[in-house]
Amino acid sequence: MKKLLFASLALIASPLGAQGQNPNQDLGERLPQDGAVVETDEGEGLSGSVSFEGRLEDLGIAIPAFATDRDAPTPASSAGTSALGLEMARIINNDLKNNGLFKPTGPDALPKPAYAEITAPSYPTWQSRGAEMLVQGYVRAQGDGRLAVGCYLYDTQLGTQLARQGWMVSPSEWRRAAHKCADLVYSRLSGESPFFDSRIAYIAETGPKNARIKRLAIMDSDGANHRFITSGRSTALTPRYSPDYKKLSYLSYVDGNPRIYVYDIGRGTQTLVTQSRNPTFAPRWSPDGRYLLYSMAVAGNTDIYRVPATGGESVRLTNGAGIDIGGSYSPDGRQIVFESDRSGGQQCYVMNADGSNQRRISFAGGRCATPEWSPRGDQIAFTNASTFRISVMSPGGQNVRVLTNGWQDEAPTWAPNGRIIQFFRSARGTRGEAQLWQVDLTGRNERRLNTPVGASDPAWGPILP
Amino acid sequence: MTKNTLMLSVAAATLALGACSKKPPEQLPPTPVETGTSEAPAPTDTLAGPGTQDHFTTAVGAPNTIVYFDTDKYDIDSEDAAKLQTQARYFAQYSNVNFTIEGHADERGTREYNLALGERRANAAKNYLVSLGIPESRIRTVSYGKERPVALDSTEAAWAENRRAATVVIG
Repeated sequence: MKKLLFASLALIASPLGAQGQNPNQDLGERLPQDGAVVETDEGEGLSGSVSFEGRLEDLGIAIPAFATDRDAPTPASSAGTSALGLEMARIINNDLKNNGLFKPTGPDALPKPAYAEITAPSYPTWQSRGAEMLVQGYVRAQGDGRLAVGCYLYDTQLGTQLARQGWMVSPSEWRRAAHKCADLVYSRLSGESPFFDSRIAYIAETGPKNARIKRLAIMDSDGANHRFITSGRSTALTPRYSPDYKKLSYLSYVDGNPRIYVYDIGRGTQTLVTQSRNPTFAPRWSPDGRYLLYSMAVAGNTDIYRVPATGGESVRLTNGAGIDIGGSYSPDGRQIVFESDRSGGQQCYVMNADGSNQRRISFAGGRCATPEWSPRGDQIAFTNASTFRISVMSPGGQNVRVLTNGWQDEAPTWAPNGRIIQFFRSARGTRGEAQLWQVDLTGRNERRLNTPVGASDPAWGPILP
Repeated sequence: MTKNTLMLSVAAATLALGACSKKPPEQLPPTPVETGTSEAPAPTDTLAGPGTQDHFTTAVGAPNTIVYFDTDKYDIDSEDAAKLQTQARYFAQYSNVNFTIEGHADERGTREYNLALGERRANAAKNYLVSLGIPESRIRTVSYGKERPVALDSTEAAWAENRRAATVVIG
């Protein structure tokens, strides 16, 4: 492990390397600042046990439109809070349905409960509809322009409330309240951690295979609030959200060379990850957001470096012949799984966060690439780069399971709760379109994500702060 | 990189001459192996002067502007060496012409590894040219990984065509 100063790196670089162009020239409009989602005093609401003991997908869940105390105009919906309540229930229904675990019934097929019924549901009515679980809630326009949203989960068999929560959101953040409600229901019924209230950064792709336009884009976990960050003038690749969602690191050819930039979402500007003219690849954040890993090729040889997220001196973590690239921290930040071809082909290795104790973990056959440590810590997802199937294994390299079966599946990224993996699938042939897909850890629930155009390099962020 | 490691990698690239039998893309014409000429042939098209890609391509012959690699490999074999020698004669003759070597990979690799692999291939070609006396300061490298294929099919022949290091004159 060697400490490298910026000055010495600059000396190594080719004088022909950089084109001296404005690093911000490919960026689009600055995004509006996020508002806060404040939890209100609905209380913990975790009372009673769930009466249902079968498979979750057989559970009858009714999600009627959210009620409102009075239909009021709101910037969140020109049609008012009543229409917004219907839309919220649709979002919750789609969240729970699209991830394969549940088969809920949404608001378009259900009667709409009155405002007073939200805290006092008519259990027999819902029982007669075959609903063992009832998700309902309200939307109220506040005097200060914000929205108060309440979310309630009831067991209709037992006639008990299982969970409740409330949030105060700015009108632009109203969808987050729906995702938080879906997360509450999902967590209470499955026992798993939440994941819907999160975002995905990815690369939007248009144009033919030999002249593809690749733009950095972001969206909510359900595909809503889609925004392009870059204009497409320069190729953008491999984004990663910082854990606090305030920054995006990604690769751009904006100066003619592949370089990692850190884009500040609030300010709408970006800076190089390191002041070197060498090519840099594969940005990765530490779980606490304090460090960035990047990989840098010096005279053709690529190694992994760590730099403080606020800038400063880079520390080289790998050192030797062969391509060492990528890196994904264990959730406790103490270890890093990365990819190296030091043994010949691509294989997965684990090292301590300071670069010590590097050891190969993948011996199951085939090339091991793009390893990503699960946020739960119990699994590592990777691309089998011989078969191009998304697979998982234990952190020790055992218990390899193949989850997908496309022609070319690549680049797994974990849901915040470590139960679902997104990746991209490329089609064979001269068109070769790429699309985002996701699969759960059973391998059974696989689906394509809707994106406006072609899509690759997904990076799923944590639960929104 | 230190001078020592540079020399080592040049030596490694040179030692690899002929060590690897390679399948060039089928649709390309056989490459003439140039021997005995000490100067690059003069271009026939007098409209494009030195310092243009046209002049370079015409002078060395289009097939000599690109070297090809086996899957995951970056060694310079005898065929690549012959092409790079032709290039070196041109760049020795036109000593004020700077150029870029673009390294590429085929689609059957993961994106980030392919970026690193393309960089390694571009540097292998660069190191060979430097070993032939072309100053390092005249050579820029850039990797495009699998982002800029020339052959669009998903076939072995197409992939072989895409695993390449292409020399491009900086105009």
